Amino acid sequence: MTLLEIEGLSLSINGSPILKDISLSLKQGRILGVIGESGSGKSMTAFAIMQLLPSGSKATGHLRVLGFDMLAASEDDLCKMRGNDVSIVFQEPATALNPLKTIGDQVAEAILIHEPSTTRAGAQVRAQTTLERCELPAEQFPLTLYPHELSGGQRQRVVIALAIALRPKLLIADEPTTALDVTTQAEVLQLLKRLVTEDQMGLMLVSHDLAVVAGMADDIVIMKNGEIVESGVATAVFQQLRHPYTRALYAASEHVPDRTPPRSTARLLSVTNLVRDYRLPRTALFAAPQYFRAVDHVSFDIFKGESLGLVGESGCGKSTLTRAILGLETVQGGEMYLDGMPIAGGRHVDRKIRRRMQAVFQDPYGSFNPRHRVDRLISEPFHLYEEPPSSDEKNEAVVGALRAVGLSPEDQFKYIHEFSGGQRQRIAIARALITQPELILLDEATSALDVSIRAQILDLLAELANSYGLTYLFISHDLSVVRAITDRVLVMRDGRIVEEGKTEQVFSAPQHPYTRSLIDASPVLPKNANH
Amino acid sequence: MARYILTRLLSLLISLTVASAVIFALIEIIPGDPAAFMLGINAQDDTIAALRAELGLDTSPLERYFGWVSGMVTGDFGTSYTYRTPISEMIAERLWISLPLALIALALSTLIAFPVGILAASKRGSLTDTIVMGFTQLGVAIPNFWFAMLMVLVFAINLRWFSAGGFPGWDEGLFTGLKALTLPAISLALPQASILARVMRSALVDTLDEDFMRTARAKGLNRRQAIQRHALRNAMIPVLTIIGLQFSFLLAGAIIIENVFFLPGLGRLVFQAISQRDLIVVESVVMLLVFAVIVVNFAVDIAYVLVDPRLRRQG
Repeated sequence: MTLLEIEGLSLSINGSPILKDISLSLKQGRILGVIGESGSGKSMTAFAIMQLLPSGSKATGHLRVLGFDMLAASEDDLCKMRGNDVSIVFQEPATALNPLKTIGDQVAEAILIHEPSTTRAGAQVRAQTTLERCELPAEQFPLTLYPHELSGGQRQRVVIALAIALRPKLLIADEPTTALDVTTQAEVLQLLKRLVTEDQMGLMLVSHDLAVVAGMADDIVIMKNGEIVESGVATAVFQQLRHPYTRALYAASEHVPDRTPPRSTARLLSVTNLVRDYRLPRTALFAAPQYFRAVDHVSFDIFKGESLGLVGESGCGKSTLTRAILGLETVQGGEMYLDGMPIAGGRHVDRKIRRRMQAVFQDPYGSFNPRHRVDRLISEPFHLYEEPPSSDEKNEAVVGALRAVGLSPEDQFKYIHEFSGGQRQRIAIARALITQPELILLDEATSALDVSIRAQILDLLAELANSYGLTYLFISHDLSVVRAITDRVLVMRDGRIVEEGKTEQVFSAPQHPYTRSLIDASPVLPKNANH
Repeated sequence: MARYILTRLLSLLISLTVASAVIFALIEIIPGDPAAFMLGINAQDDTIAALRAELGLDTSPLERYFGWVSGMVTGDFGTSYTYRTPISEMIAERLWISLPLALIALALSTLIAFPVGILAASKRGSLTDTIVMGFTQLGVAIPNFWFAMLMVLVFAINLRWFSAGGFPGWDEGLFTGLKALTLPAISLALPQASILARVMRSALVDTLDEDFMRTARAKGLNRRQAIQRHALRNAMIPVLTIIGLQFSFLLAGAIIIENVFFLPGLGRLVFQAISQRDLIVVESVVMLLVFAVIVVNFAVDIAYVLVDPRLRRQG
């Protein structure tokens, strides 16, 4: 039975076209993967199916769910279908649940709203069963818990539970695992797959991640700029890679930049027995304070010119470690030396040291002051010099840095909102380069970028390392990126380094069980003959 | 939860202690001799000496402070110098007007503000929103005493529905008493309602953009249900803060409206006591008002925790 039929669907929001002539269909028990980069219209397709579009939207064409014309349906009819016949799971489990209601009430509400004759108690019992189907056993996860008492993965299970509570025929999952760690991602994907089989649902899985979709989908649709560029049975699409865009996506996903291996054996940064404790909130007024050890006796070296990876799941302490190296944290123990000079944690870090290391962070939107022009943003680190350079020297440096990252000198007069995500990340790199540092800390610097942009930034980083002899500490949760750009890698868990070694060695023959579980959980692209 | 209430109670007690000490210090210690101040510049020496004895100024300030505090705890606020009546009686009499007035005004303000704020937020950006918010802008801008006089002109003088002022007392019956408080309550409520409606609207608009509202709609709730069940409670935190502030203001800050309508309320009592230099009354009434503000804040703190489970885990 065909659950979803879309034919010639076009959508415009306030006059600007978002979707152009989309056609796809989904049958019972099958998984349809919808792949695309940001702005491709993949999420809008999902919202169009739910008819939860922003105001000012105009849709034309045919859109049928269970044979029912969604575009012509009244709002009342749509409300009856949503959650009952068709449900959706969103990307961000942190915000998708109402923080003021218990998980039990939120799941039960999905039942009560469609079956008013059900008693409250009856709905609670069914909510419990549904949560257990989503692998949240009642003993550990009673209905009375609030969302803030759960982890990201557990919250996503609650979101899935309230979506499937009434056993809808069609389930849409919009980037359901993008905000999760790899091991959690693997578990949630497994859960979705099991539910599809058990309930004979149709699942539309929307994602930017080729590897995630490849491991799940029976059929695939690839979208770009609001259009479908390629569609077909998953194995065939990945085997043939007919459309150039599909090929480009595939290539970008497993792109490995050209790099020359480091030769030097001189230590640039050495960290010994570093400890960072956070004080926890008091449990009682006069109780002794409790501490959380975020970084637990960490020791490692970075050699000149090398690229060292640091991988670990959220909360493992990798960002705290990064901040400590930058001198932004007061540490409780251990020593750090940059080229033989001690780095003091806390407020009084020597400027000479600070300007020899710079950082690039994850969010290309949040890490710039929107009211400053690019020239000011880039030249900001100059305050680290005792004698600030003259304005001519400054200007020359700004132009040089912009050229180095592939932007034009005229870009210095623009504001940050005039740039795309990838360009902003280039500007962040330019800002890091301006003091001619030796060490650059890249904290999830490519995680927010689309795959094709990510490939370009990785190339840029490799090129800069070659021409300026830069040393990188590359922090990421994304194992494939770390594998592509680092020489050695550290694996961090619960504040400790559990494994350390040459990148290829660690990835091909992991020693620690935790490293093994991380690698096993990472989705992989299917091997391709043409590639 | 119990621990949270306990710590809030402790902080309430500390606030009260500090406030009483400050009020005592300001009025009794700083401006020289209180007896001379109360009697004015033409007072005879023996009158001053008599008042000093009555006020107990010969004893140490610490002793007087504890006498004052223990008196208030047991309900003995001392005797007014001007009226020669026990202050507790005067306050009780005034409180019977000021407290109902504040409560009616607050109820009115909330009853107006909630639907208006919700309407504007759910139709955000529309003509309705613009018009409704335009009116609240006006409500904030118009001084309430001017509005009060306007209402007296229309409803008391022209239409003769209400009396122009005064309070007949609750002995005349509940209806008569409420009728006398209607116009003052409306004039007090309107600016407050305008502020509250604007706060309600902006808090709700922020909540409507949250992801969980989309989840609610995806479950099959219609717009109205989604707002009622998921948005309102989430928008309550800023609204509760403002309601708490407004109650304290309405209780103590109604002086001008009480004067316009000739109501013998607490505000007028303070005003009269200050102009007659009756420091004993001023001290006690100010302390009472401070007490009210602190208790209301305590209640708001408890309300936060009832609304938001995330606040419950801290101490």
